[in-house]
Amino acid sequence: MRGGIRCSNHPVIDMSSILEVRHLKKRYKSTQAVDDICFSIAPGTCFGLLGPNGAGKTTTIEIIEGILAPDEGEIHYKGQPRNALFREEVGIQFQHTALLATLTVRETIQTFHRLYAAPADIDDLLITCHLTDIQNHMNDRISGGQRQRLLLALALINDPELLFLDEPSTGLDPQARRNLWDIVQKIKARGNTIVLTTHYMEEAQHLCDQVAVMDRGKIIAEGSPRELIQRYCNGVTLILPRENNHRRFKDLPLTFRENNDHIEIDTDDVNAALNHLMALRMDLTDLTVQSPNLENVFLNLTGRKLRE
Amino acid sequence: MNFRRLWAIFTARNHEFFRDRSAFGWNFLFPFLIIAGFGIIFGDKAQNQYKVGVFPVETEQIVTGNTGIPEPFRQTRYIEFIGFPNLDTALEKLKHHKIDFLIRAQSPTHQYWVSDSSPKGYVVEKLFKASLAPPTGKETGERLEIHGTEIRYLDWLFPGILGMNMMFSALWGVGFIVVRYRKNGVLKRLHATPLTALEYLSAQMLSRIFILAFTLAVVWVGCDLLFSFTVQGSYLHLALVYFTGGLSLCSLGLLLASRGTSEEFTSGVVNFICWPMMFLSEVWFSLEGAPEWVRIFSKIFPLTHLISAARKVMNDGASLAQISGELTILVVAAAIFLSLGAWLFSWND
Repeated sequence: MRGGIRCSNHPVIDMSSILEVRHLKKRYKSTQAVDDICFSIAPGTCFGLLGPNGAGKTTTIEIIEGILAPDEGEIHYKGQPRNALFREEVGIQFQHTALLATLTVRETIQTFHRLYAAPADIDDLLITCHLTDIQNHMNDRISGGQRQRLLLALALINDPELLFLDEPSTGLDPQARRNLWDIVQKIKARGNTIVLTTHYMEEAQHLCDQVAVMDRGKIIAEGSPRELIQRYCNGVTLILPRENNHRRFKDLPLTFRENNDHIEIDTDDVNAALNHLMALRMDLTDLTVQSPNLENVFLNLTGRKLRE
Repeated sequence: MNFRRLWAIFTARNHEFFRDRSAFGWNFLFPFLIIAGFGIIFGDKAQNQYKVGVFPVETEQIVTGNTGIPEPFRQTRYIEFIGFPNLDTALEKLKHHKIDFLIRAQSPTHQYWVSDSSPKGYVVEKLFKASLAPPTGKETGERLEIHGTEIRYLDWLFPGILGMNMMFSALWGVGFIVVRYRKNGVLKRLHATPLTALEYLSAQMLSRIFILAFTLAVVWVGCDLLFSFTVQGSYLHLALVYFTGGLSLCSLGLLLASRGTSEEFTSGVVNFICWPMMFLSEVWFSLEGAPEWVRIFSKIFPLTHLISAARKVMNDGASLAQISGELTILVVAAAIFLSLGAWLFSWND
């Protein structure tokens, strides 16, 4: 699939959406970073822009945030073009942000707290983002996970109705990533709308209600993770170690892929596939059955992996 | 303009400055060391302007009475006599302008050497020859003296050093810092808040002026304790001069930082402006006698007017009316730099 999802030309703004993006375009010299994309987000939704590095996710989100100017397109917040109130009501966590040097975690939050007309309570934020214990640590003395939680706290400083998270867990270890996801889940549970970019399919699948898959500046698929998987993936993948079995695969009447030290078999009929494997007397001790995920969706749509 | 937001950025920047101990210390130490250094070098009232070598003498410190040098020449002020063991060593020093004039001790013909290319050597030669000539008995001039409080070189230099320190602090502390913030994304993060460019730039400038005022006060008190500076005019006028000067220099810093993300480029631009400004604003030496175009060119620098006004107040006791020209230029320059800087300012690149 290369063309992407076509935008509706309906002139009426969807008033039920908190955010509506229409025909957004942005070009950097010879690269069309964002190529005529459209989507709308209902209040209380966690909307994910999923795609590989360079797909145009960050450019899209930064245009919506007002950091970059679009070449073409319209952005409506609560049914209106964005105005001065937009910055008061949205929270933003950038992918790369340095913090003001030589301030403590609490002082950093206090500084941003003073920039908003109706800020959230600082102590509540410290608790929500698990920063209470390190509130008096200097910014340059905290870990990567703590830093991401601090950046999240800054994005939540105005108790935003709409929260933008650009690759929030990039560079975090699995435990720190899980901690961050827990916090985002709590924010979701409060009813805040979240727009999240990620190239981790687990993150999109875990957090997002709606996902737009982006590639080369276009949205190539959109829907809930379950819908996308049902629409673009069939069956399951059986994964078998190559060791002890590799000589017998050539006789297998199924399509398979060789991948490093294992073999992957895509099938719509698990029972039939297992019968074939048993008929060839294969060792099924380390057999894994993997349900399709958003990685498979992207692979099936583009022929490439998300992290290629 | 929201003053709560301005105050937030003002205090955050001040925290950053006062907690960065190395930069904080250097801001005080640098001007203090320069003043102390010049105090030691030029503090002695009998500062020697001319160096005369004498040979053959075994030690550098010599008793000139035993050298056969004419007494009028020996008694001339501002001449320092340095001993050398032989002619070769002394000639080497003369060739490299380490000394201005060379005399052979106990020479019945008063042999001396001088470099054709040395202006100081030319003056010393005239003095030496005059000391050898018999008195004519004619009056050669009527001597009149000026009276009043002496202006030491340090008193003249001090306002210039303070101005120079302000220039470096303003251009690097504002210009360089803003570019660094733009490069590492701090500006982008602030742009995502309701903070406006005017609030941000005003906070940066006010913070730097506060820091400059604090630094100036500490350095002034420290240096005054050591060297007892005399201020002929009003301290209030002097504070006003440094405030408007700081305003003008910080605005120039903001103008330099209005665009760009390259610290290397900004560093080059700041140096490109700092060095000519330092040499042509009479920080170290007067431009009296310099070509007309150099003196006119020097007027484009705010530092020239800052130092000129500060010296008028400190050394000559100038009134507000007498420095109004300089103050007006500094305020107008600040307005132009700030307007241009705000107009060109970009949060992202």
